[in-house]
Amino acid sequence: MPATTARKAGKRSVSKAKKVVRKVLSRTKIGKKAPHNESATVGRSASYKRSGKWAVKAKNKGKFPVVKAPAKKEEAKTKAPRFYAAEDVPKPFNRRNVVKPAKLRDSITPGTVLILLAGRFRGKRVVFLKQLPSGLLMVTGPYKVNGVPIRRVNQAFVIATTTKVDVTGVDVAKFDDAYFAKAAVKKSKNADEFFATAKPTEELSPARKADQKAVDSKILAAVKKQEFLKPYLNSRFSLSKGQNPHAMVF
Amino acid sequence: RGLSWGHASRAMVVKGKKADGTPVKAWKSQPCRLYVKGAILGFKRGLRNQHEGTSLIKIEGLQDKKDVDFYLGKRVVYIYKAIREVQGTKFRTIWGRVTRAHGSNGTVRAKFARNLPAKSMGGKCRVMLYPSRV
Repeated sequence: MPATTARKAGKRSVSKAKKVVRKVLSRTKIGKKAPHNESATVGRSASYKRSGKWAVKAKNKGKFPVVKAPAKKEEAKTKAPRFYAAEDVPKPFNRRNVVKPAKLRDSITPGTVLILLAGRFRGKRVVFLKQLPSGLLMVTGPYKVNGVPIRRVNQAFVIATTTKVDVTGVDVAKFDDAYFAKAAVKKSKNADEFFATAKPTEELSPARKADQKAVDSKILAAVKKQEFLKPYLNSRFSLSKGQNPHAMVF
Repeated sequence: RGLSWGHASRAMVVKGKKADGTPVKAWKSQPCRLYVKGAILGFKRGLRNQHEGTSLIKIEGLQDKKDVDFYLGKRVVYIYKAIREVQGTKFRTIWGRVTRAHGSNGTVRAKFARNLPAKSMGGKCRVMLYPSRV
């Protein structure tokens, strides 16, 4: 009696299991995780089907693809170092961020007239030539017009106006940050030397003057063509009563 | 960063004479105001407590919250005088930056390198035009 009932019970339970499996398989998609439903015990074959391995096999002509393990690299045999530092030498951290030059604003293109906001030439209107590798902008007065030489200026200290000067043909390829860098002052070691050496005079080399002339000549020609551009570049920018920069179009 | 007072006082120069002999005067240098005038209203506060870390600035000409965007990040400087000369000048500065709008009518919050002194309330400050994003 118990055997038959057990068999009967077993049969019933199997069919129930099949129903559950079918339900589970219909619900879940191949390759997805098993459902949270704890009672959904799925057999080996069902779980294999669900895993999707059969699809991979079919794609690979009946066999599961074998990936060859990469050949183990023979570690270079290093000798023990002859010298060990007494204290741990601090290792610098790996720097992953590369400092890039500042992105040039869309309003600044070669030939744009810029207003300098700070520094010795604050308020002066100058002509933009190019952006140097460091991100700084190379500008010139031109020198004859407003006394501003070829100079570097930071983008943040400049307002770009919509006025443009034609600077095609001006050769600025040779100018880079090294050209504008200050000459390194030789450090004197003893006190006598320090007081003896006169401070280096601020004489401008004739090469610099020639560079200034070469750059400015074409720009001056272009400036002369536009009416009022020369006195415009000669004048300083200033805010006056009733002028609000947030409402101004430069 | 130095504060130059080179153009603070504009001198007048005599440029010839009129017919009746009175001298004709003219400015010697060009005007050059590259900052917007601001008034220091006080500190950020509730009715009974104030937080001196943030100051409130009223920028001249700024009357709407939507126009404040231009001034965000701009450097602000509070200038005051002292008796003792430091680094060649009797003028001293406290620099700061415009951080955000305050309310909807153009007032602005600013944070300074050191908190502003209480005597600055009602005083003037300069809102520079840099760092420029125009």
